[in-house]
Amino acid sequence: MEALIDPLQYGFFQRGLIVATLSGALLGFIGVYIVLRGMSYIGHGLSHAIFGGFAAMQLFAASFYVLGAGLWGIASAIAITNVARRSRLGADAAIGVITTASFALGVALFARFGSSGPAFDNALFGSILGITNTQIFWLLLVTAFTAIVVFTRYRALLFTTFDPEVADVSGVKVGRTEALLMIMLSLAILVTLTVIGVTLVAAMLVIPAVVARMLTDSFGRMLVLSTIVGSISGLVGMYLSYYAGVPSGTMIVLVGTAVFLVVLAITGVRGMRRTVGLDSHAAPTTTTGKESIRP
Amino acid sequence: MASAPLIALRRVDAGYRHSTVLHDVDFAVDHRSFTGIVGPSGAGKTTLLRLLLGSLKPASGTIERSPGVAVSYVPQLETVNWNFPITVAECVQMSRTGRRLPWASRSERAEVAAVLERLGIGELAQRHIRELSGGQQQRMFLARALIRRPQLLLLDEPTSGVDISTRHDVLHLLADLHHDGMGIVLTTHDLNGMAAHLPDLVCVNGRIVAQGPPDAVITPDVLEQTFGARMEVLQHLGMLVVVDSSGPGRLAG
Repeated sequence: MEALIDPLQYGFFQRGLIVATLSGALLGFIGVYIVLRGMSYIGHGLSHAIFGGFAAMQLFAASFYVLGAGLWGIASAIAITNVARRSRLGADAAIGVITTASFALGVALFARFGSSGPAFDNALFGSILGITNTQIFWLLLVTAFTAIVVFTRYRALLFTTFDPEVADVSGVKVGRTEALLMIMLSLAILVTLTVIGVTLVAAMLVIPAVVARMLTDSFGRMLVLSTIVGSISGLVGMYLSYYAGVPSGTMIVLVGTAVFLVVLAITGVRGMRRTVGLDSHAAPTTTTGKESIRP
Repeated sequence: MASAPLIALRRVDAGYRHSTVLHDVDFAVDHRSFTGIVGPSGAGKTTLLRLLLGSLKPASGTIERSPGVAVSYVPQLETVNWNFPITVAECVQMSRTGRRLPWASRSERAEVAAVLERLGIGELAQRHIRELSGGQQQRMFLARALIRRPQLLLLDEPTSGVDISTRHDVLHLLADLHHDGMGIVLTTHDLNGMAAHLPDLVCVNGRIVAQGPPDAVITPDVLEQTFGARMEVLQHLGMLVVVDSSGPGRLAG
């Protein structure tokens, strides 16, 4: 018990714990949509793209770098979505170019001009040090925004995730809904980037959702389970990070991976079978390549 | 007295980017339509369906829609991710997109139960969609379409990938819906099944080759223009049977 209470005497750890738990929950929640849409690669690419904006905005608008990086991320997300919708082959190439170029730009800017905000390593792998109340505020704001959007657009998001072509002809604004999801994703990545790290954010989008999928066949329960797995990974990972003296992002991801292995061992073949079909990219037409009614 | 069309295509050309798939199409559907669109792959069947749905704009010509016309669509079973974590009831509910709250209201749950019951899959409401047979999957999507109370139901290859018994079940179900006053248009490769069950066929191959009742449309000349191959048309127990002449003893469709 002492091991749990001792670190709480430090303000930085309290803030880190809140941010890590909330970050895990937020990424786990959004990760369900990302994984079920086969967009894991887009999530991975987007985190790298946002890193470029993060670095650039620290230079040009230090006071507003979160906002600037957010806009950069949203612009990248919409560009990626549009490219992904047009052509599957082209999407892989375009995502690779857009996101790695943005990441490379971020590295170059950090190397040349340094950082007025979080250090380079911290941005890559996450850190519990130096988390400010402002960052907590942004995280709470994005979490609340995400919860409200999902609550009020639940069916549209579910419909476009499961069957975009029928959603489209059933009156759902598919393009708008997908753009909204991309905005939520890029904002979530942005506000969790400092504690999870740009290279590890994608793992926290994927692992809790895959664990939840192994445990349930219900979409609603998957959302809840993924959020719980993400938040537990954040909380436990934070403590382990403190005691092991390693970056928080790495420990959070390792805890998530351990949960995945335990659930895999328990659910066995049934769990593995449930994850079939989670690996395809965001299909611009259909999941099987058959002729689609969508343009 | 002729009823006003729900959707009418007038001299429509349509296609994708630089290629025109359909030329000079005149085609109208109303609440009495029970029409099968047949033709070879790439002939424009799905393009015609998309024009009716409104998901494709014509390159030229006009499409007139009756104000407020409600259209539902049933996709091909092969295009669906059957491993998606969703139950039958959740799948049917999702098309009621007007409701903002995530959970179903009491009246909505009753409505879903009633439509599933009507389609004979009421006891499967809480099953995962992967656990359904082909016929049950088709019924589930019909339920999802029907819960929107459409005037016109469009189906893409509803008899594809299901066994003969299921095919008959699906077509009889559609006949019941049509009898209740719903317009139905479907695409298919199943020429013999359509000739036996549908009162109206449209043969498509880049244009509308012929339209009318099966005995007027299913002729060797029309089939050759549509499919590019000579076929024999036989009468068997009062039904039309199409035989592919290019391969001895092979039934078409």
